[in-house]
Amino acid sequence: MKIAVMLKQVPDLVEDLEVDASGISLDTDDIKFKLNEFDDHALEEAILLKESGAADEVVVIAVDGDGVDKMLFTAIAKGADKAVKLNGGKPGDSHQLGKAFSNALGSEGFDMVFTGVQSVDDRDGQLGPIVASYLGAPCVSVVSGVSVSGGTAVVHKEYSGGMMGEFEVDMPAVLGIQAAKQAPRYAPVSKIRQVQETASIEEVPMGDLGSGSGSSVTSMAPPAKGSGAKMLDDVEELIDVLKDKGAI
Amino acid sequence: MGDILVITEHLKGEFQDITFEMLGKAKELAGASGGQCIAVTFGNMNGKVSELGAADSVVSVGGSDDFNPESYAAAVQSVVSEKSPSLVMVGSTSMGMDIANSIATALEMPTVSYCADMSASGGGFSVTSSMYGGKMNVVTDVTGSAVAMVLAGAFNADAGKSAGSPSVEDFAADSGAGKVRFKQLIEPEAADVDITQSEILVAVGRGIGSKDDIELAEELAEVLDADLACSRPLVDAGWMSKAHQVGKSGMKVKPKVYIALGISGAPEHIEGMKSSTTIIAINSDKNAPIFDVAHYGMAEDLFDVVEELVEELED
Repeated sequence: MKIAVMLKQVPDLVEDLEVDASGISLDTDDIKFKLNEFDDHALEEAILLKESGAADEVVVIAVDGDGVDKMLFTAIAKGADKAVKLNGGKPGDSHQLGKAFSNALGSEGFDMVFTGVQSVDDRDGQLGPIVASYLGAPCVSVVSGVSVSGGTAVVHKEYSGGMMGEFEVDMPAVLGIQAAKQAPRYAPVSKIRQVQETASIEEVPMGDLGSGSGSSVTSMAPPAKGSGAKMLDDVEELIDVLKDKGAI
Repeated sequence: MGDILVITEHLKGEFQDITFEMLGKAKELAGASGGQCIAVTFGNMNGKVSELGAADSVVSVGGSDDFNPESYAAAVQSVVSEKSPSLVMVGSTSMGMDIANSIATALEMPTVSYCADMSASGGGFSVTSSMYGGKMNVVTDVTGSAVAMVLAGAFNADAGKSAGSPSVEDFAADSGAGKVRFKQLIEPEAADVDITQSEILVAVGRGIGSKDDIELAEELAEVLDADLACSRPLVDAGWMSKAHQVGKSGMKVKPKVYIALGISGAPEHIEGMKSSTTIIAINSDKNAPIFDVAHYGMAEDLFDVVEELVEELED
């Protein structure tokens, strides 16, 4: 069984985010990008399935951009078998991104496609179900826990309050992963360096991206600070509040 | 302008809050634009239709009571194709995510995620999305038919909770190709703590940095006679058990006092704790969105604050 994992970088929210001169997009000059945390879980779940013998091959796929090579080499260092980079275009939204991935995935014969359940920048929908729709494949989102037997996968989909639904899904299928069975592993820097020297990344043109989301952004701004929190200066003030509110 | 479809959600025979949150807003928008507010129900919820009084009418697609990503999306797609609404409101939830993206992509309708606010504007709708973990508000103007994925807690559920007797249309909907089959509902594992009942919660987030440092929060919880809670990343990292998780896929809590330590305040977390009577946030990032929902805040290193606080309280 062959699993593709779609990876994407998102702004690191530890950074101060600012709007650029256009007023409708982020100023990306000074911000750091990192692997979408849910994609990291998707990768981990795929590697766990391979280690358990349920999957034979894990292929990581990403759209070209700054830092993408390193992200892909890191995925190989963690246990992915092959990395593919899509180039020749600049997807502007989740739908164009979905086209880029589905163009590449459609011709490769995958049994399962994993990606993170969501990302902080999907303004026009989530990548997993969009790609599934383009591929005509079934999709389950918010998945934590995948097992495979024969041509079907059994997945757990999280609801609120700790409830879960269990589903059987025919393959090929797309899964939006919320959490892997265990925390995503780290790859030691030495291993990543070694992979960078020995492994290669296959480059594939991303093809026609379609017309996109069909909507456009008119403004972007940090949320207006409402009345907000009353800021406390020291622990004494904090203790006064705790007493006042009956916590002490 | 056309009608507004609200895709209801139910679990174990009860409509979920998101349903009423969307209905209240849909009713307001439909009132402003002259369209109808139509609720779409699944399975056998006809006995509960009187709860959907905010809707002008109900379309019942029938099918299984148990959510199924494929068949529910197929049913909604056939209703949307038939009714041609100007807006489809779907929860930005586990169930909604499968439905919204599927129908929007298949029918080539614009989708707007993480919708925190919306208003009628010039023949269409202006939708505000809370993106980048709540750090940016992004406004999208949509004209023509669109799908909005509404964040839980964005709108007041009470506005959508009016009793009534909307007319019910039984709709013969598609049910998909049968590639996804519901097997069972899994209840959460029994836990030693029920944080939904706690009076005081000390909640830790990613800012705590390491598993060992949770001990400090435990100390604070002990001196305050509080229970310990956490945000999603700590559960995913295996540092705390699911029973302690507050937020979208965890518990909804409303303690008397909620102390958030190193929690940035992503919409998924806020959804689970915003009803707390008093929220106190301690986070070194003064721009963290948690300070917008907190009543009291300290933009300082949580370790410094908690260490000093525990010392003072133990004296």
